[in-house]
Amino acid sequence: MATVEDSQIQMQGATSHGQQHPLSIYFWIWALLFVFSAFSYATDFLGDGPLRWGLILLFMFLKAGFIVAIFMHMAWERLALMFAILGPPVVLLFLIGLMAIEGDYTLLTRLDFFSEPTPIAAPEH
Amino acid sequence: MPQHGVSAITQEEPAEGWRSIVSDWSADRQTFHVPWGKAMMWIFLVSDTFIFTCFLVSYMNVRISTAVPWPNPSEVFALQAFGVDVPLLLIAIMTFVLITSSGTMAMAVNFGYRRDRARTASLMLITAAFGTVFVGMQAFEWTKLIMEGVRPWENPFGAEQFGASFFMITGFHGMHVSIGVIYLVIVAMKVLRGDYERAGGNYEIVEIAGLYWHFVDLVWVFIFAFFYLW
Repeated sequence: MATVEDSQIQMQGATSHGQQHPLSIYFWIWALLFVFSAFSYATDFLGDGPLRWGLILLFMFLKAGFIVAIFMHMAWERLALMFAILGPPVVLLFLIGLMAIEGDYTLLTRLDFFSEPTPIAAPEH
Repeated sequence: MPQHGVSAITQEEPAEGWRSIVSDWSADRQTFHVPWGKAMMWIFLVSDTFIFTCFLVSYMNVRISTAVPWPNPSEVFALQAFGVDVPLLLIAIMTFVLITSSGTMAMAVNFGYRRDRARTASLMLITAAFGTVFVGMQAFEWTKLIMEGVRPWENPFGAEQFGASFFMITGFHGMHVSIGVIYLVIVAMKVLRGDYERAGGNYEIVEIAGLYWHFVDLVWVFIFAFFYLW
């Protein structure tokens, strides 16, 4: 994961004087975020489907990754902080999964009970 | 590196890579080699991540579970420009405004560490101005939807849950942006006044305020993808 260049940046960047990096990197990321936003906006003309959703997710994660890594300087922090911050949100995937299953179940129940009123046989007595 | 035993523990900057995790967590002293304010801001942001995720997950849940069709966001949020309906026009502009404010904030942090007070403060104020523009556009959007009859419990476009999700998520995000604007203006004023020069020229606070601001932009990335584009 960490290349030689990375560790060099780390040595120059995360000194006791705080995060100090060349300004050009911010301009690059800024431009990239613009391009990714434009792309994800452009998917609106693609029509719904797995391709569109995949692209939305791809651009979303790219944007989020660059913001956290470069703008928030996470790429230059020590691994101890990186894992302490980025680790816990991973459990949210379980919440997302569980609630998706639950949502499906609720939908099926609603379709069963609240859709087209099916004729119910009159009670016997 | 001829270090072993105790000397490795008391060393200023412990091992690199995976070993650094072990040495940082087992050193029996400060774990995170960053100023405490920065560590605390990061931990706050983790908790905020959980809050926003709860909102987005509940939005996902109600959108999956409703039997009524969900309103099409590209039609609901379309805006007339030059006589044509452009889908999500305002949202696209808001996205670009927020990204740009993140860029100016990153530069403010950089100039802060160079102790260039005038540039730092002005870039922070520009960031705050972009934030204000963003909140203004959001207020416009809210007004437009409310005039069209969107309420937390009903709307003319489809599933009722649309309004509740919309007002809750964008409202909470807008509140974060507004607080961020106030935070940035306060820090910018203190930078300009030279408060941090008296404290030894430590401009870590600019980076900490920046973390909060970038996080607000980060949350918008997810709201943009899941609420507006999906």
